[in-house]
Amino acid sequence: MGLFVILYFAFLIIASCLAAYFEKRGPFILLFSLTLVSFVLGIVGGAGALRFVAISAAVLAFAAGISYAFKEFLIIIAPKNTAKELKTAPLTAAFGMFVIFTYAIAGIFAPWIAPHGESEVISSAFAPADANMLLGADQLGRDMFSRIIYGARNTVGLALLATIAAFVMGALAGLLAAVKGGWFDQFMGRFADVIMSIPSLIFALLMLSIFGPQIGVIIVAVAIIYAPRVFRLTRAVAGNVVVMDYIEAAKLRGEGDWYLIRKEILPNSTAPLVAEFGLEFCFVFLLVAGLSFLGLGIQPPTADWGSMVRENATLISFGDITPLIPAAAIALLTVAVNFVVDWMLWRSSGLKEM
Amino acid sequence: MTDTSPIAPGLRKEVLLDIKDLKIDGYTGEEWVPIIKGVDLKLHRGEVMGLIGESGAGKSTIGAAAMGYARDGTRIVEGSSIEFDGIELTTSTEADKRALRGSRIAYVAQSAAASFNPAHKLIDQHTEAPVHYRIQKRMEAQEDAIQLYERLRLPNPGEIGFRYPHQVSGGQLQRAMTAMAMSCRPDLIIFDEPTTALDVTTQIEVLAAIRDIVDQFNTAAIYITHDLAVVAQMADTIKVLLKGEEVEQQSTEKMLAAPKEDYTKSLWAVRSFERDQKARPENATPLISVQNVDAAYTGGVKVLDDVSFDIYEGMTVAVVGESGSGKSTTARCITGLLPPTSGQVLFKGEPLPPKYTDRTKDQLRQAQMIYQMADTALNPKVRISEIIGRPAKFYSGLSGTALKSRVDELLDLIELEPSKYYDRFPPELSGGQKQRIGIARALAAEPSFIICDEVTSALDQLVAEGILKLLDRLQKELNLAYMFITHDLATVRAIADEVVVMQHGKVVEQGPKLEMFTPPHHPYTDLLLSSVPEMDPNWLTTLLEERGVDNVGEAADV
Repeated sequence: MGLFVILYFAFLIIASCLAAYFEKRGPFILLFSLTLVSFVLGIVGGAGALRFVAISAAVLAFAAGISYAFKEFLIIIAPKNTAKELKTAPLTAAFGMFVIFTYAIAGIFAPWIAPHGESEVISSAFAPADANMLLGADQLGRDMFSRIIYGARNTVGLALLATIAAFVMGALAGLLAAVKGGWFDQFMGRFADVIMSIPSLIFALLMLSIFGPQIGVIIVAVAIIYAPRVFRLTRAVAGNVVVMDYIEAAKLRGEGDWYLIRKEILPNSTAPLVAEFGLEFCFVFLLVAGLSFLGLGIQPPTADWGSMVRENATLISFGDITPLIPAAAIALLTVAVNFVVDWMLWRSSGLKEM
Repeated sequence: MTDTSPIAPGLRKEVLLDIKDLKIDGYTGEEWVPIIKGVDLKLHRGEVMGLIGESGAGKSTIGAAAMGYARDGTRIVEGSSIEFDGIELTTSTEADKRALRGSRIAYVAQSAAASFNPAHKLIDQHTEAPVHYRIQKRMEAQEDAIQLYERLRLPNPGEIGFRYPHQVSGGQLQRAMTAMAMSCRPDLIIFDEPTTALDVTTQIEVLAAIRDIVDQFNTAAIYITHDLAVVAQMADTIKVLLKGEEVEQQSTEKMLAAPKEDYTKSLWAVRSFERDQKARPENATPLISVQNVDAAYTGGVKVLDDVSFDIYEGMTVAVVGESGSGKSTTARCITGLLPPTSGQVLFKGEPLPPKYTDRTKDQLRQAQMIYQMADTALNPKVRISEIIGRPAKFYSGLSGTALKSRVDELLDLIELEPSKYYDRFPPELSGGQKQRIGIARALAAEPSFIICDEVTSALDQLVAEGILKLLDRLQKELNLAYMFITHDLATVRAIADEVVVMQHGKVVEQGPKLEMFTPPHHPYTDLLLSSVPEMDPNWLTTLLEERGVDNVGEAADV
């Protein structure tokens, strides 16, 4: 029994005793059941399994700590009304915001943060990590870390543009359909049905094969695929608003459709739309990464997480985790955005009254 | 608290519900503020207590607390005691309390339509509680339900329970809900504004049914309402509440005859507001003239059938009738939201285009609307300054300081402090203040004619009276004409010059107010007039004797 194992159990037992003494039911149950599970784990998996548990717990604690600190930081710097809202944010949402913030910094300041150029060959292929290259080299000997940083800019930026395009098209059509009603509404609805009936990946592949894999084509294709969903949501949300008396009052005043949309309907439907934006961003992001993985997305040598997974995929058979790093970057951002969206949905759904 | 309960000595059994020093806090999002500040309440078996007060007085919160229940965002403060038949509810477990609710304490909500599950038949919802508590087997419970339906005088008692909630009218639904509350023969029923959402004609049948069944089973009841005349019919004792505190408690007769406190007196005096009737100006063209209007919603049957009436400058025309009689549809025809299928609407002798989209800015400006629900009539995300300022900007082209001073002027006109309300959002205002903002928005267009669609029916009596006085003052100052849509005849009596009675989309009778309120009436007008509850506690009894128990409400076909 190594020193680590002794310390491990000593910590758990002392902590559970303290929790029990101060009558903290929840923490006590958690700590003590962890102790019991650790006995079994220690016997079956040895010190390695316990070390894994300890590291996971430390990572969780670290994430929780940084989320908490980040949330408090935001509350201090935000204006009064926003700060009030931020106070209701759970730790998961704060963690999500922190991750998004980090990615944004990485994307915006990529050329200054990245130690090497995006397509600069600096060593042999698949060189292991060292002091110069934090994450090793890829299949052409380019620095993996620098490419991940540049990838944040390219992949996330592209996904963001595509989502914004989808939202502008979908939301505008949805609002107009809700305000105008009648044949325009019917026409837009059926048109959305037509687009939705085409499998999205096949549609994207078709468009990209016809027009070639250029950035503009990717954005337009992805926007067309996702706009109908936004259209449906916006139309439903706005449909609930247009029946209100204040809309009738504005109509009777003689206001035009554009005023109705901008001043009366939009302020009352932003909450679900913002939540939907986060959700759609994840889907768009995954679709863009998927297209890159298939070789039809962003073209080399531009760094992109999806194509980085593909280019380094051969390493998986050697038990190396290098190709999983860009995949993990994709996963982390998706999880982070979903955390934030969950909080926003909770805010807009009225569940907070419970 | 002195025990002044008026029930006969023979009935004075043990105390059923004893609430002592009840304090309840509400959570504002940042801190806990007291909403009930120490209320005592003692209810004997078979006694009916009326709780009255304006909204926010804590009536419903006390009603819920009588079941040991604190609503979301509220908590019962320690030190309060709620004792139901010897069981202390504040300290008993959730499971114990749940066993009481439904079986020994029942609750009848304001909106039966929202409280029934639309996916299940009435009788299935009715039998749920007795079967759950193993009081009756399913078939027994069904038979019992049918008996209760019969006692509550529902039509076709054997069959009505097998319908879904949407297949039954509002008044019937409210009675079915009362029957459901009775299903376990509870000791206590809490009625939370059971008739507030109903028409006067429907209200009577529900009141009569509730009173009968409470008498028959000797059930104790707490009757929550803001309508004094209703509570006078129902309650043995009345407790008046104001801002979470008890004002006074008296037996019904004493309370009506000689209220002690000033606040109670002011509640009693509300219905006294009345203004003189104006006569039509001679040789003038009517401001608005509705001529032989028929209307129907797309593909539907006729909702309006040959409706005609005139509204003269500076006069108030009240349009009365029960819901579904076409009052609001008439307003939609005048505003142009629903183009009539035949007939026309004249404005100062000139025909108005039937669709609002074809009208000119000036024509739109002349006719404004004030809505029933100020909550949905004001955009919650727009500032007061913008809500009021927009029409002024839109019609008169004001901007900058001119616009600001116009908004201030309008806020002054509706008796709200401009500097305080200028930058606020509608959800930060009370119901009465919101309605005032609605009025200011209508005035901002400088109209000559305003349609008031049930503007006071969602408000408490004191607040409603304030709104009526304001409207009256504005009419005098600005020479406005009002079309006043309402089903509350007290409002009509207070403010109208002329009355139009509608039923089934037709104008049944019309004429000057005084003429309309003196017999002989059209039978329907008579029914409407006699159905308005009066402050006399024996009013319902007398009325039922006159009409016969089976000839009230919907059953009274004229």
